[in-house]
Amino acid sequence: MSRPRSKRFLSREGRELRRELLIAPEPELGLVAMNGPGDPEPSLEVKDGRIVEIDGRSEAEFDVLDHFVARHGIDLEAAREAAGLDDAELARRLVDVDVPRADLVCLSRGLTPARLARIAGLLDPVELMFALKKLRARRRPANQAHVTNLKENPALLAADAAEAAARGFAELETTVGVSRYAPLNAMAILVGSQTGRPGVMTQCAIEERRSLALAIQGLTTYAETLSVYGTEPVFVDGDDSPWSKAFLASAYASRGIKVRFTSGGGSEALMGHAQGCSMLYLEARCLAVIRAAGSQGVQNGSISCVALVLSVPAGTRAILAENVLAAWLDLEVASGNDAIASHSPTRRAGKLMGQFLPGTDFVTSGYSVMPREDNMFGGGNYDADDLDEWLTLQRDWQVDAGIEPLSEERTVAVRERAARAVQAVFGAFGFPPVSEEEIEAATYGRDSGDLPDRDRAADVQAGDRVLAERISGLDVARELDRRGFTDVAEAVLGMQRQRVAADYLQTSAVIGPDGQVESAVNDPNRYGGPGTGYRLEGERWSKLQRLPHVVPARSLDGGVANGAPPLLAELGVAAREEGVEDVVIAVGPAFGGALRETIAGLAHADVLAALVEGVREVGGRPRVVRVRRVSDVAFIGHDGAQLSGSGVAVGLQSKGTALIHRSDLQPLDNLELFGMAPLLTLESYRAIGRNAAGYALGRRVGPVPTRLDNFARAKLIVRTTLLHARETAAIVPGAPPVELELTTGV
Amino acid sequence: MDFDPARDYPLGTRRPDLVTTPGGIPLADLTLAAVREGTLEAEEMRATPETLRRQADVARAAGRPELAANLERAAELASVPADDILAIYTALRPHRSSAAELEGWAGRLEAAGAPAAAAFVREAAEVYAQRGLLAREPAAV
Repeated sequence: MSRPRSKRFLSREGRELRRELLIAPEPELGLVAMNGPGDPEPSLEVKDGRIVEIDGRSEAEFDVLDHFVARHGIDLEAAREAAGLDDAELARRLVDVDVPRADLVCLSRGLTPARLARIAGLLDPVELMFALKKLRARRRPANQAHVTNLKENPALLAADAAEAAARGFAELETTVGVSRYAPLNAMAILVGSQTGRPGVMTQCAIEERRSLALAIQGLTTYAETLSVYGTEPVFVDGDDSPWSKAFLASAYASRGIKVRFTSGGGSEALMGHAQGCSMLYLEARCLAVIRAAGSQGVQNGSISCVALVLSVPAGTRAILAENVLAAWLDLEVASGNDAIASHSPTRRAGKLMGQFLPGTDFVTSGYSVMPREDNMFGGGNYDADDLDEWLTLQRDWQVDAGIEPLSEERTVAVRERAARAVQAVFGAFGFPPVSEEEIEAATYGRDSGDLPDRDRAADVQAGDRVLAERISGLDVARELDRRGFTDVAEAVLGMQRQRVAADYLQTSAVIGPDGQVESAVNDPNRYGGPGTGYRLEGERWSKLQRLPHVVPARSLDGGVANGAPPLLAELGVAAREEGVEDVVIAVGPAFGGALRETIAGLAHADVLAALVEGVREVGGRPRVVRVRRVSDVAFIGHDGAQLSGSGVAVGLQSKGTALIHRSDLQPLDNLELFGMAPLLTLESYRAIGRNAAGYALGRRVGPVPTRLDNFARAKLIVRTTLLHARETAAIVPGAPPVELELTTGV
Repeated sequence: MDFDPARDYPLGTRRPDLVTTPGGIPLADLTLAAVREGTLEAEEMRATPETLRRQADVARAAGRPELAANLERAAELASVPADDILAIYTALRPHRSSAAELEGWAGRLEAAGAPAAAAFVREAAEVYAQRGLLAREPAAV
């Protein structure tokens, strides 16, 4: 007979987390995060100024990556210095605030991939985060957004680009479902981005030839499609070599285009050629090639394979280690967090903290500013619906992860303007028109499902025209200006000017709204311990605190008197009365005075009436007193009990929290406590009155049934605090309790 | 004033006097007014080889010799036509070119005043030969 299943296990199996698989390491398949048993022993041998061995492989056995790194990626002088330091010492220096980043970058040129991976493997997660904070190239962190939609609607692309730019994203990335759309999509996000904030860089991720053509026409300013893999067979399957990719990088730079390479753990295992090595070691090989190629930066941190890396033990840690290695090699890091890492929001956030807290050059390689259903990158780890959470996390940690709050009013305005700007540009070039209906939907809609369908055949023809007629960024600027979008025209022209000066080709470059380029050259990260480096403070901190849904605390005061006459007349100092029927109802200092309602919104008069009725129902004699010297419910009840002939009292705070006390108990003890004031009803208070009288008369009493809602505290603790502050403000220090008139209304 | 790579970055804001388009138009003249007058061509809106070399100097002064080498190759390629650049990129992909074909491109780059890029292509040819990444069959360029 089979045993029954545990309902708790079954419940957990139904959670989102369990939709994904966790596996034990399989090193032979490359399914091991770091410190794999098949990773080579680090080695570096130099003979007559020539590198003849790297990580156990002799020159004759070098693959194409080894050859490239040997020729372009190792500095022999740094290698001599690094050879004199053991791994633990190098690991220690990574987290030593007194060792400057520049020294570590120099040393990194003397390290082979196996050694890099081994040293990173010595750091625990918090040490990795600290190293990342210290090693980031640019002082100030930033963020990158994804802007796409399923319908490839230009008005929606422009609106989303504008919102992203206005929210502070430094770079926007689009892509296409149909490659012929690329010119239009690139144009839409160029116009949208410059409407939202001048200086935001844009790219369109497509096949290299087309990508370069768009950049040459001034419709994009950067590219990050240059993928690198950690083994030769995968590199070759990707139809590239380190030389072809490096050449392409120089080609982009020759046209004034910023380039970032792409790599990330897990890709080699996924493509079947991990050669029995760990994900982190293979990523170290990628990074060595990328720096040797002269790239200013990389997007890494597993990227699209993130869910595979997270299937094995220490996956999250290995991904963070990848980012650390990239930063150590002095590369700009766009640190992943774009593809969906997990079904579980908890696990996603746990993974994110590794990059979010230290800060990276781009905390995500693509935050989906639109709902993830419209994300054509297969991204959307964080999306439009998560914006408030992201902003709140920044506010909670006092961390700048590159996204700014934006009011609904400003968001709608900037979205509409961008949609109108792209409408004007489409009109100018004779492209299929953008309708008023599209503008309305792009401004106020949630996703592309809210937009009408366009004539896609006509759109792709217009896309072909952009390339055939070489419609350029300059043409876009001219037409925007002619149609009254002069400021947007200026900004689009500004991006063309940036290509002439080429300042953004330097490491970690972003462009401010004034056109000033900030990069690791003129804004380097020189973190050297507390009080140094980038700190979120001053005006920027104020800005990131002011979320649209933050309310002034005082506006939450519910149930205040607002000058109404007191609910209950005071009859004089209360005395102890005799008789077992005597049940005192002791209320707090502000009850029926400064405050008139409980936190559950029950009128004080009704609550008191319910208590009185309850006491009477059982045969007790209710008497109401006000305790004035304290606001704590335990002492209110205890003070009341001292006056009660039966020794029993109900203590009642103005916010509705109640208890039943007895005079012989310690103040913080009680007979029954009703702490869940938000859940108490008038029937609850009547039952409390009945029980109090029951105790007074020595009857057999079953506790009042209560409900439990552990979220009530999270929801109401601010209001509780404010109400309690009112109660406390009404305290008269040392004043004796007063008897209150029990009017007929009560 | 001489160019100082350690101080003059960003060129666009610190040394606009040194920055021109390929046709010699100063950065300051790249205005919306010029766009309205129709005196600017899209082809003008790109960095000159000289600007790219200065950016290479900036990178080297900032301790980035690999980035500097990349930008120097870029400076050489700035005057190479885009179609040739894309053809060389394709030729450098695995199994696309024979050693002779790569040498042909290297020679053309050298002739076009791009010695570093030429050396880079020759280096690839050498390694591809060792790793079996040259074209298996003679391929048409």
